[in-house]
Order: sequence, then C-alpha cells, then structure tokens
Amino acid sequence: MPLSRDQLAMRAAKELRDGYIVNLGIGIPTLVANHIPAGADGQKMDVWLQSENGLLGIGPFPEESRVDPDLINAGKQTITARKGASFFSSSDSFAMIRGGHIDMCILGAMEVSEKGDIANWMIPGKMVKGMGGAMDLVAGVKKVVVTMEHCSKDGKSKIVPECSLPLTGRRCIDMVISDLCVLKMDHDKGLFRLIEVAPGVTVEEVKARTAAKIIVEGDVPVVGV
Amino acid sequence: MRTKVVNSAVEALALAKARGVLKDGATVMVGGFGLCGIPEHLIVALRDSGVKRLTCISNNAGVDDFGLGLLLKTRQIAKMISSYVGENAEFERQFLSKELEIEFNPQGTLAERIRAGGAGIPAFYTATGAGTVIADDKETRAMLRPSEGIGGATIPGRGFGGRSGTAPQSGQPRDYVLETGLYADVALVKAWKADAFGNLVYRMTARNFNPMMATAASVVLAEVEEVVEVGTLDPDTVHTPGNYVDAVVKTTPEKRIEQKTVRK
Repeated sequence: MPLSRDQLAMRAAKELRDGYIVNLGIGIPTLVANHIPAGADGQKMDVWLQSENGLLGIGPFPEESRVDPDLINAGKQTITARKGASFFSSSDSFAMIRGGHIDMCILGAMEVSEKGDIANWMIPGKMVKGMGGAMDLVAGVKKVVVTMEHCSKDGKSKIVPECSLPLTGRRCIDMVISDLCVLKMDHDKGLFRLIEVAPGVTVEEVKARTAAKIIVEGDVPVVGV
Repeated sequence: MRTKVVNSAVEALALAKARGVLKDGATVMVGGFGLCGIPEHLIVALRDSGVKRLTCISNNAGVDDFGLGLLLKTRQIAKMISSYVGENAEFERQFLSKELEIEFNPQGTLAERIRAGGAGIPAFYTATGAGTVIADDKETRAMLRPSEGIGGATIPGRGFGGRSGTAPQSGQPRDYVLETGLYADVALVKAWKADAFGNLVYRMTARNFNPMMATAASVVLAEVEEVVEVGTLDPDTVHTPGNYVDAVVKTTPEKRIEQKTVRK
C-alpha cells in the first residue's frame, strides 16, 4: 500500500529533532506539525516552526474569539504565536533562511532530479503564480526534505534523470519521502539511495517506477509509520 | 517640531504629487504580505489620484476587489515586481493576455533588494536562484559560504584562510547570483502606531515588507491605526525611525482576512 498523505507527514516528522527550527511548506508539509514525535524525556519534542512572513514559533490555530488579521502564516491562514515566539521583518526572515539558521524545511515538488535538483514553481505555458519563498528555502536551509507523490496522475515518474520543468534550485535536496519510498541523498556519490520502501511495495516496484538512477544496496527496510 | 500627520490618505498622496515624484510611470512600493499589513486607504487614494503606467513593487497583488487588485481593475499598473500572485483572477487575465508585465523575484531576494536599496547598497550576491532562470542574464560567481570564509575572504583565490567544513557539500565554493538594490519614487507602508515625527511601530506579522520599504523610496507615506504623542513610544521598540517617513495618516482599516482558520 502506498503511503497516505497523513503517513507521508508522519514519516517526514521522524526527521525532526529536539530543538529544531523548521519551515513547513503548504499542503502535506503543513500536516507534519500534527505529528511531532516525543523526545528523549517522553515529552513532545520541542520544535520551533518558522513562518517566512516573519514569525518564529507558530502556535495552533486560534479560538474563534482570538482570530487576529495581523497574525497569519505564509499560507495566509490565521494562526497564533507560541510562548517564546518572535516577530520580524521579511528581510530578517530571509536572512534567517539564507544564512543557514533554519535546521530543516519540508516542501512539495513537481519534479526532483537524480542529483537533487528540484522544480516546483512553474509550468511553461500555464499561469505562473510565482516562487514565493521556495528558492530561498532550498538555497539556504541546512536540510531540505521533499514530500511528494512518486508518480504523476498519468503514471510518469516524478523522480527523473534531469528536470524538464524550470528549476527552483540545483543540487539542494537531501531527502525525498514519496508514497512509495524514502530516498536519501548520498553526497559522496551525488545520487539518492533507497533507504525505505512503503509497506507492501517491493524494491523492484520502486525501481520500475523511478526514471532516475538511484542507489539500491542490501536489504531495504519498510517505512515505519 | 513640524508634525507629519496629515488628515487623509488623499492629502498624503497629494504631498507625493507636490514633490513631483508621484506621476504617470512612477515606481511605487506597497507593503504587506497577502492582505496582512497592507496600506488599504493609501492604495485607494493612489487609485483615485489617477496616475497611470505604474510599476508596483509588492510581494503580492491583492485580491480582485481589495488591495492592489483595485489598481489592476482600473489598469493603472503596467508592471509588477512580486514573488507570488496566486489569489487574483483579474491579474491572471492581464498576465495571460500580456497586458501586464510581471517580474518574479524569489521572496527573500525581493526583501533583500529593497533592504539594500534603502541602505545604499547597489547590488549583492545571493545563492538563491543560482542555476535557475532567475540567474539568466545576471552575473554568477563562485564563492565560499560566509560561515566558511572565516576571517573575511569568501572569494576563492583571494586569500581564503578559513577552515573547511565537515559536511560533504561544505568547504566548496558555490554559485552566487548578483542582484541589484531597489529604490522607488513612493512607498506606501502600513504600521500600527506612529508619532508626529514619523516613528513607526508595526504589529505582529503585519510588519513583513513594510520596514524595508519605509527606507527605500523618495517619499514614504505611512498609514497607521493610532497616532500617539511624541515621547510616548519607547525608543527601544521603534521599528522605523521617524526620519524615513514623510507623512502619517490615521485610518480605521478593514483588515480583511484571506483564510480564516480556527481551532477545531
């Protein structure tokens, strides 16, 4: 069984570490906030969510009576700020992002290449909405994780030898979590390594549905979600 | 001390016109992220001023009937410099029919271009967009990360004396793109509180692009919710020092919410 959207988010949440500063993209990445795991002391891990419009320390959605139009996330949803949060300008926010002060970001993709390029902002000939903060995030964040469907609706692999769509960033993806498997960049070899497969999905199936060259060695464990 | 507080948004725009900077073909910066922290009344007054062929520098383009969408409807904007414009049907129509020119900037590059312009820095290098269409026709140069060029030099071959990183990708030069600073004729910003000198304080995520824009235009007009006596703002909490601001207008904003989400 391929992983569901929620299971993708659960698997991505396993990459979190206590004290991490994290930026979550829109869609599946946003769901990761619902699955923050327990830390060593059994308490929920202390993870700080950054919103690129100028907040470090996103809290839960507000009660109806506490909705504030001046407090939104990058998806323009009304939110709250957690204890210890801070507000800052967009230039300070992207200084934080580009300057390597964010531990991890999770975002979606249209295509990922075998060398770790990502395309997720435009399809030529269609209405282009813009890249928002995606190019800055992939260029500056220490660990960049992609959550995506392994194949497009017509069954074509989205993990490809070279991206055909205009790039968001080059050689910047550290991990891909798809509905079929988990791929981790081997920075020495410059290719992704298959590290986990979804329950009921075989290594052969992953290989058959992946257009990119990937490293497959030894036994590959099943994703634990 | 002469007060910078004016009676209406129209009066504020008139000041920019009187100084000769607000005219057809002008470049105008407009603060806000989505509909959060936008100068609502100044945008309406800009529309009503009748200026045409504007270049607007703003992260987003409003929605059809609010924010910069109002100036798109009246076709007063010739070009937008933005990072994301997803929420506007009229924008999409004008974009696809090529009636409107659009220059997409990565959001952090846009923010830094404005910051640089206001700080007197004509250009800077950033890793954002290197190797993508954003770098087309721009200079790209290989340098070490600042954190690896400890001691100053980040350009290989120019006396690099730093340590190499341990991660496989570290310690190697990477590509950086040369981006230019931005400066406008007029900036319209939204703050929470101001005093008569023009000191500004922003509120929560309504700050966004407003502080940089307040530094990067010939004439800076600020729309605020509260004007307080000079001396009552704690100097430690002032976000934009008053010397950047030319006029302040107090309004009662609608503050429309794009996506109301509440706890279940």
